[in-house]
Amino acid sequence: MVNVLEIIGIDSYIYLSVILFCIGVFGILYRRNAIIMFMCIEIMLNSANMLLVAFSTYHQDASGQVFVFFTMAVAAAEVAVGLAILVAIFRNIGSIDIDNLKNLKG
Amino acid sequence: MNTLIAIGGLAVLVLIAEIINLRKFIIPITIIGLLGILGLTINDFGLQATYFNNMIVVNKFSTAFNSLFIVLTIFLVTLSGDFYKDQLPKISDYISLKLFLLMGAVSMVSFGNMAMFFLGLEILSISLYILAGSNRKDIRSNESGMKYFLLGSFASGVVLFGIAFIYGATATFDIGEIFKLAINGGIPKWYQLGVVLIIIGMLFKIAAVPFHFWAPDVYQGAPTLTTTLMSTLAKVVAIATLYKLSLILTLSMPEAYITALVFISIITMTVGNIMALRQDNIKRLLAYSGISHAGFMIMALVNLAQSEASLFYYATAYALAGIAAFTVVIVVCRGKSEELIEQFNGLAKRSPLLAAVMSIALLSMGGIPIFAGFFGKFFLFSQALEKGYITLVIFGVINSIISIFYYFKVILAMYTKEVEENASELQIPLSYKVVGVVAILINIVIGLYPSFLLDIF
Repeated sequence: MVNVLEIIGIDSYIYLSVILFCIGVFGILYRRNAIIMFMCIEIMLNSANMLLVAFSTYHQDASGQVFVFFTMAVAAAEVAVGLAILVAIFRNIGSIDIDNLKNLKG
Repeated sequence: MNTLIAIGGLAVLVLIAEIINLRKFIIPITIIGLLGILGLTINDFGLQATYFNNMIVVNKFSTAFNSLFIVLTIFLVTLSGDFYKDQLPKISDYISLKLFLLMGAVSMVSFGNMAMFFLGLEILSISLYILAGSNRKDIRSNESGMKYFLLGSFASGVVLFGIAFIYGATATFDIGEIFKLAINGGIPKWYQLGVVLIIIGMLFKIAAVPFHFWAPDVYQGAPTLTTTLMSTLAKVVAIATLYKLSLILTLSMPEAYITALVFISIITMTVGNIMALRQDNIKRLLAYSGISHAGFMIMALVNLAQSEASLFYYATAYALAGIAAFTVVIVVCRGKSEELIEQFNGLAKRSPLLAAVMSIALLSMGGIPIFAGFFGKFFLFSQALEKGYITLVIFGVINSIISIFYYFKVILAMYTKEVEENASELQIPLSYKVVGVVAILINIVIGLYPSFLLDIF
């Protein structure tokens, strides 16, 4: 069977992952809606997952793909906690705009 | 290795105790269990072994730091009893979260595989997000939890991306093999990119400048006991992990990497100290002081081979002083909406014991001789001098002097100012007295006999 990676090349996968990662980073820096920020965190984690899977195929080594399962489980737990905090915020101030969170400063 | 499983078992036991109506016994059970686990861990001392297909590596470094984490958790659990007395139905959640957090901490310093490191990091962080936002009716706690969540998961994403690059370069997650491949050289450039990303992620976690901006806000908004946890346990865990990662990953890094570390160390302690000077909120003050201490602890990374013992000593001294100081903060600022330094006015008259504990803790953090903090700084400076980083040490000394100013601001308020008129009678639970006094006593003892901790490595 032809290995797809040999046709496309590992470089393209790395570039794609880096681009996705940067989209996630800039999303967190510039968007102000909490849900969208959560989605950006997911994009960051998933770009890393894609890189792991690509490298796993590149090295013909299964451990990278196993690692991705760990990451997905962890990411799910993380976002569950984040959404819980967001619900608490919404109940208190009725908005999920991050700019409203300005009570702490000094 | 048994440490990890025993802590997990204890955490589940705490949850079960709630189900079968043993709520009153949760804290005693946890403390006794943790003391037993502490004995088990210390018993393993000097053991060199790997478990679970190299997932867990036990050596002197991991055993020493695990013991420190368990001691800190014992203090924190002791404080929880009174702190959560208004929310008694939830006490099992709080205690078991702390124990799960300890599990993450243990796997972060004894990992033998990148998977274990990442899981440990996430277990620790997720427990902390929950604890930071745990006062859910209070918008300040929510805000703190949200900020910590966003920055923490951002840092986790960066660390994960770094791990992916290192995997790409070495085709393994096992730290022993990564170490060998990195020393032999000839691996792709992705490796160095991955190392830099992981180090940046960890610098976020220890709140080093320029990645520190979340720390003061999060520390201020979180419930005070969680702030205690973050500024002592979580900070020590992160710095120990950063040290262990540096030992494995960075030996083949170019010269510029060390220069960057020296720069980050200097700027972290300077910015932390200068910002601390103008704070009037005690929690923010201690947050900035924690940032400057992180700068001091980064000094250990410039002389990796010899700084293991001095880093452990410094971390112990800092964490014990932090526990003692926050114990007093919890008592003094209970029920107040803001934790201002004014509330400490005349504390020496209201409670001489607490004032003494607070003063010794702050003097130890500031690095006044005979307290452990002084020797911690002294050992870190001397190992940096051995490698010839004179500029770093000069900045370290200047910063120790600056830090005295804001620590003395609090001490002067306690001893010279008059008590506010509307101040109510201080209620000091027995457990707080015990924790404060014991933490300070250990601090003084290791200050008088530093070799006790230094010789174990």
